[in-house]
Amino acid sequence: MAVIEVNNLTKKYGPLEALKGITFSVDEGEVFGLIGPNGAGKTTALRVLSTLLEVTSGTVTIYGYDLVKQPDKIREIISYLPEDAGTYKNMKGIEYLHFIAAFFQDERRYQMLERGVRIADLGERLDDRIDTYSKGMQRRLLVARALMIQPKLAILDELTSGLDVINAQTIRRTVKESAKEGTTVLLSSHNMLEVELMCDRIALINDGRIVATGSPKDLKAEYHAANIEDVFVEVVR
Amino acid sequence: MSRGLGNIMKKEIKELLTPSTLIPIIIFAIIFGSLGGVFGGATDELSQPPKIAIINDGTGEISQFVELDMTARSEVLYNGTDLDQAIQVTTEQGGVAVFVITPEFDDNITENKSGVINVYWILEGSGVLDGLSTDPAAAMLSQVSYDLSKAIIDSHYTDNSTVILAPINATQNTIYKGTEVPGVTPGMIMGVMTGQSFIVPLIVVMVVIYAGSMVVTSMGSEKENKTLETLLTLPVRRTYIVFGKLAGAAIVGLVLAAIYMVGLGYYMSSLTSSASLDLSQYGISLDLFDYVLVGISLFLALLSALALCMILGIFTKNYRAAQTMTLPVTMLALIPMLVLMFTDFSTLPLVAQVLVFAIPFSQPIIAINSLMFGEIGIVLVGIVYQLAFALGAMFVAVYLFKKDILLTGRVRSQQSKKRGLALWPTRKRK
Repeated sequence: MAVIEVNNLTKKYGPLEALKGITFSVDEGEVFGLIGPNGAGKTTALRVLSTLLEVTSGTVTIYGYDLVKQPDKIREIISYLPEDAGTYKNMKGIEYLHFIAAFFQDERRYQMLERGVRIADLGERLDDRIDTYSKGMQRRLLVARALMIQPKLAILDELTSGLDVINAQTIRRTVKESAKEGTTVLLSSHNMLEVELMCDRIALINDGRIVATGSPKDLKAEYHAANIEDVFVEVVR
Repeated sequence: MSRGLGNIMKKEIKELLTPSTLIPIIIFAIIFGSLGGVFGGATDELSQPPKIAIINDGTGEISQFVELDMTARSEVLYNGTDLDQAIQVTTEQGGVAVFVITPEFDDNITENKSGVINVYWILEGSGVLDGLSTDPAAAMLSQVSYDLSKAIIDSHYTDNSTVILAPINATQNTIYKGTEVPGVTPGMIMGVMTGQSFIVPLIVVMVVIYAGSMVVTSMGSEKENKTLETLLTLPVRRTYIVFGKLAGAAIVGLVLAAIYMVGLGYYMSSLTSSASLDLSQYGISLDLFDYVLVGISLFLALLSALALCMILGIFTKNYRAAQTMTLPVTMLALIPMLVLMFTDFSTLPLVAQVLVFAIPFSQPIIAINSLMFGEIGIVLVGIVYQLAFALGAMFVAVYLFKKDILLTGRVRSQQSKKRGLALWPTRKRK
């Protein structure tokens, strides 16, 4: 069952058309990846779906809610993790998780915090100020923030950008586990290997247009390619 | 080497010399240039003969001499016998003093005493320039006293050296905005009013600048640290985000205002403790209700500043840009402070009054001086205006919070892009 339906979505920044009528759908519990080079429109697409940017034209529904008419409803069921997202550096790690949990219903808060602490896996460092954290620790805290609320849809932009292999692997594992628990994941990456490892289905995006959609396995077969990177090169050629 | 230096310098200048830096300073210069014209007019008046009224109740030739000398050295608006009428005419025609030569003036001098002249100073405001307005008349009186000394010597009215050196004993009274304060010079009233004139404007400026910059830099930090995007996707209404930020800064601003008020109040009271004039016995004071109104006005000024800064913060890109974004609000706060320190709102030209009134930070300063004289109407109008201004600014802030511009900032038009492209050498455009 499709829980995200994007139809002919366009997004203009003044005269610049960043999305030129993209269409795709994501099923419940699926890990769906938007892949493309820098400036292809991945982040714009995710920002629109996260209710951050206005829709220029086209329609988007998320779990039945219309993005333009019911953004408040959508914000109740999604969690968005921007690329290079930051935190309030004067807070301690645990205070940041408390701060986020306070936006949600009382009865779920304790459960959320418990889950957040587990996902962050920062041990006693959670009691330290965030400005003392390494980049990897900060990203783990942010992933914990995004997933502790058990959103129906997690929108993750460049999930492991700038992280070392160990931190990147830990975070990928966490996201996969959340998907198994029922969270639908929409992620973007220009790391083709990461997408191949994580996604059930992918959409290749280039210059604001979706140029191919399918499972990594099907796409590789269709384009007789060894990996998704080769698929992409073949598609945009 | 020198080419590298020039390159870095060019980059720095380009970064620092942006329209957002230049425009507020140009506006600031224009406004102060205009105000300079107003103040220049006021100081020009000081070089003109003072406008006065004379009531000569004296019966002899000495008082006649004084009257003629005063007339020669001043522009006489009224010369008669009715004190109330003299005060009314002088006030209406922008005069500065009424001089009453007492019936005993001639006898005083011939009996080896200084002749008594009752002076009624007309003071229409408590600004620095308002206080200066009486100085030419005071100087004229000194000159008349000097002329009289010479006349006494020439005509041998008395040989008493004390009387020759100080032939006039002027008893001082001040009509301050229509209220008679007997036995008091304008300088004494100015001394007392200085506290009111300086404390409130200083508090307004300090709080507006500090609390305002908190909001702008908070927005700059949220954007720079990329925390704003997370905040905007949480299940909270944009209105609540705006109001939450404003309320937080407003509370801090009010705490700051209280601290400044205590500190400056103590500072000013220690400066003016020697001027123990109690104006409340003449009805010139604030009661509890007045203080409540001033408090409301101060709070609304703070709220207006915060809402304006929130709008500016929406356009800021990062922490550094946020620093210059506070300039326009800082200047808006400084203008009423500087203007109303120099001159009273009621004595400003109409155009300047409208401009000063339009700045929502002027209202607390206007309020405290107006309420001293029970002029509640202008204060209530000011509060209603401030409320409308603050609500309007908050509405705009909430509206912009729902727009792309919050995250994307200014989008360059095709034309400006073409202009940018034109900077490249032709061979690189291919």
